[in-house]
Amino acid sequence: MTLFHLALQVGRTATPEAVQFWLLAPIAVIAALGILVVKKAIHAALLMAWVMVTLAIFYIAEDALFLGIVQIVVYTGAVMMLFLFILMLVGVDSTESLGETIKGQRIPSILIAVGLLGLVVSLLGRATITQPAVGLATANADGNVQGIAKLLFTEYVWAFEVVSALLITAALGAMVLAHSQQTKSKFAQRDLSIARFRKSSLGGAAGLPTSGVFARHNAVDVPALLPDGTPAPTSISQTLKARGDMITSDGFALESIEEQED
Amino acid sequence: MVYLIALPLLSSAILLLLGRIADKWGHLLATLVSASAFGFGVQQFLQMHKQPGSNRAVTQKLFDWISVGTFKVDASLLLDQLSICFVLLITGVGTLIHIYSIAYMSHDKDRRRFFAFLNLFIAAMLLLVLGDSYLNLYVGWEGVGLASYLLIGFWNQNPVYAVAAKKAFVANRVGDLGLSLAIMISFAQFGTASFSGVAAGAPHASSAALTAIGAMLLLAAAGKSAQFPLQSWLGDAMAGPTPVSALIHAATMVTAGVYLITRSNFIFDASSTARMMVIAVGVITLLFGAIVGTAKDDIKKALAASTMSQIGYMILATGLGPVGYAFAILHLLTHGFFKAGMFLGAGSVMHGMDDEVNMRKYGGLAKVMPVTAITFGLGYLAILGVPPFAGFYSKDKIIETAFNSGGSKAIVIGGAALLGAGITAFYMTRVVVLTFAGARRWKSEAHPHESSFLMWAPMVVLAIGSVASGFLLSMGSALVNWLQPVVNASHVASGKELMKPMTVSVLALGVVVLGAGYAIIKYRAVAAEAPEKVSIFTRAARMDLGQDIVNDKVFVKPGFALTAGLVAVDYKVIDGAVRLVGWLINEISDVLRKIQNGYVRSYALMMLIGVFICVLILWMVTA
Amino acid sequence: MDISNYLYLSVILFTIGALGVLIRRNAIVIFMCIELMLNASNLALVTFSRINGNLDGQVASFFTMVVAACEVVVGLAIIVTIYRSRRSASVDDASLLKN
Repeated sequence: MTLFHLALQVGRTATPEAVQFWLLAPIAVIAALGILVVKKAIHAALLMAWVMVTLAIFYIAEDALFLGIVQIVVYTGAVMMLFLFILMLVGVDSTESLGETIKGQRIPSILIAVGLLGLVVSLLGRATITQPAVGLATANADGNVQGIAKLLFTEYVWAFEVVSALLITAALGAMVLAHSQQTKSKFAQRDLSIARFRKSSLGGAAGLPTSGVFARHNAVDVPALLPDGTPAPTSISQTLKARGDMITSDGFALESIEEQED
Repeated sequence: MVYLIALPLLSSAILLLLGRIADKWGHLLATLVSASAFGFGVQQFLQMHKQPGSNRAVTQKLFDWISVGTFKVDASLLLDQLSICFVLLITGVGTLIHIYSIAYMSHDKDRRRFFAFLNLFIAAMLLLVLGDSYLNLYVGWEGVGLASYLLIGFWNQNPVYAVAAKKAFVANRVGDLGLSLAIMISFAQFGTASFSGVAAGAPHASSAALTAIGAMLLLAAAGKSAQFPLQSWLGDAMAGPTPVSALIHAATMVTAGVYLITRSNFIFDASSTARMMVIAVGVITLLFGAIVGTAKDDIKKALAASTMSQIGYMILATGLGPVGYAFAILHLLTHGFFKAGMFLGAGSVMHGMDDEVNMRKYGGLAKVMPVTAITFGLGYLAILGVPPFAGFYSKDKIIETAFNSGGSKAIVIGGAALLGAGITAFYMTRVVVLTFAGARRWKSEAHPHESSFLMWAPMVVLAIGSVASGFLLSMGSALVNWLQPVVNASHVASGKELMKPMTVSVLALGVVVLGAGYAIIKYRAVAAEAPEKVSIFTRAARMDLGQDIVNDKVFVKPGFALTAGLVAVDYKVIDGAVRLVGWLINEISDVLRKIQNGYVRSYALMMLIGVFICVLILWMVTA
Repeated sequence: MDISNYLYLSVILFTIGALGVLIRRNAIVIFMCIELMLNASNLALVTFSRINGNLDGQVASFFTMVVAACEVVVGLAIIVTIYRSRRSASVDDASLLKN
């Protein structure tokens, strides 16, 4: 906690803020550029997460404490996790060839993007030079969270409600989209039971034999014995068999009846 | 009054709809209907005759026809002194020709259809003369055009005849356009198309409007009556059966133009310019027809040219103003008798000569066809204007009126009319001499014979009319007084007479004798083949004074060229523009389609380019 | 230190994010790049807040985070759905809407 407050104090002073900016901003830009060139989507996600965390730090440095926290919790936490989750679904390992397939797409894109950057930078240069920053000391006098809450529940309450409706709609929409249509009726207990008796033989109708040799050894790694004294292969898991973790049931077989009577 | 029209129409419908079932009795029904229409007409005439002059016109409203805004037209009929003359002529001559046709068409397997068309014609023609407004008249006008077309092309299996029918129809359409324009102008000017309404409004209308209406009516009359410049169809119209030529293209339908102008007397009375145009058309046509008539070897075409010329006289008379209308109608009626009679005579000759029409192949027929020769001869004397035959009373009156119409133009008009009478005498004498007199030129296998009773009886009746009608109708100025309330002839200016009636008659008789004498001398002996080496005048007359060439050069060829040009413009310019638009969109789409490659990233790039452009503009604006 | 340095950093990160969307094919990486763009704009918002001396920018930034969370939830669900039918996470494979 104290360390966090210290970082806050350092960030707020003018010179440390500059140091922090010039340290973090280039890295953020490099990470963003990295998103354009990395082949695997998972790497892009990690780079993205880094940019977001950097931005969260900048928010805090800019007296937007609440947004900084929300950025980390919502974006870096929830949204990026969602991304990763979908990546898992689609395939983490899938790599993408970066060669362009659409003719006349990449070069014009880069030119237009650079042109747009130049134009907006030029516009910014014209716009901000005259105006000195006011700062948020007054606005945040009661605390940043309190200030935002006051605005949110007074002036922006209508927008806030509308956005909440939007959020619910989006949640419902996602559920509808992700819901797969059931094309045939569920295979239930009843169907299973019918299927068991419809097999070519009634051998499996009562279920598979349980493992273990009755009264001698009931572990799952010992096959049961059939009436003729041979082990029943269906009584134990195929996995155990494959792994070789199976014990033969020979040792637990009974002697012949004649020998018993002796 | 409505039965006059309805009966023939109904009969025509029955004959056409029943088809072959009516073959046996169709001609009898048609003739009966026509005769009963004549009887009805006579009864109406007697009824009308009892009334005093001002009460004779009867109007009968049938139903509201058109009622749009202020424009109201009733389907109603007007029977007055003028209409009854036509009703009697149409049904009377029509009935005679029906009777004649029974025999004439007896060998034709489509006789029933022929009679159906004849009845259709009678109905339409009666509607034409009985309509009480220009619009009602227009319906009949189109109806007779249709009947004329159907009958000219009655033997439409012959392509030449079918073409002749089309020619008549097209020339008539030009005239019909004039009539419809006249109706539109008069509606715009007077707000009505009825005769009485236009008559009431005419004295107050502007002279320009009246002249326009008059000119359009004259165009309509020229189309229907084969007057210059729409005269070319009549000669070819002789392709129809001869009774048709007699009824439609001599006695009745072609005189509809005269009726139209007489009926529109209030228009022409009010516009001297229009009257002058009528006179010009009449004079040109009477000379044109007469000249063409001198060179025709086809007996029917010679008679057709004569008809054209005689209607020219009537048109001329109507152009002379109130004093001329009665004489126009008088000449119309007498002409109806003698020309129909002569056509029937020609038909009789053709019937006996195996449909030979070339007069140079006739000759000396008077001996074998005495009745035909006599009736034809009476008609011939009538058209020449020999006293006391019908033409004398009517044609000489027209010539006299022309001479006395006042001013220096009277001498020109009168002189032309007199010259026309001379030429008429020449070509009619030529026809008679070639056909009935001289040596026999027909081939030995032809067996000319007198026609049956059914054929010569109507000819006899018409011949009697040719002899007597002129005298009867002009006795005590009977027709002039009869028509006086219609044509409003009360204010006839009694100007200085240029010539006394007697002088005119002597003069006319003089030129007639000259023309007839010259023709007798010239055609006393003639070859069976038309001579090739003839003067340029004869050649010009043989080719109808170039009427078809003029029409072809002035209207048909430029018309075709215009159409071809318009088609080319339509195809190349208008369609081309449409196709160009389609082609451009296609090509542009082909290029733009490549942008739609389906890759989301491409679309994103497009979007970013858009953003870039927006920011660039922002950057430039804020600079 | 000039406070607008944060803005320049924001612009650089935003541009890199946009470029990543355009040139990477893996849908998940593209999604991360979109998140990077959103984060860059958040940084700009926070910086503006500091420049102007009020907390509205921070509230806007907060809303952005919520919307981004929604977007991630739905977007990843879509990716999973596509992956389930196509066995691929490449956005170029879902290119049927062409020509």
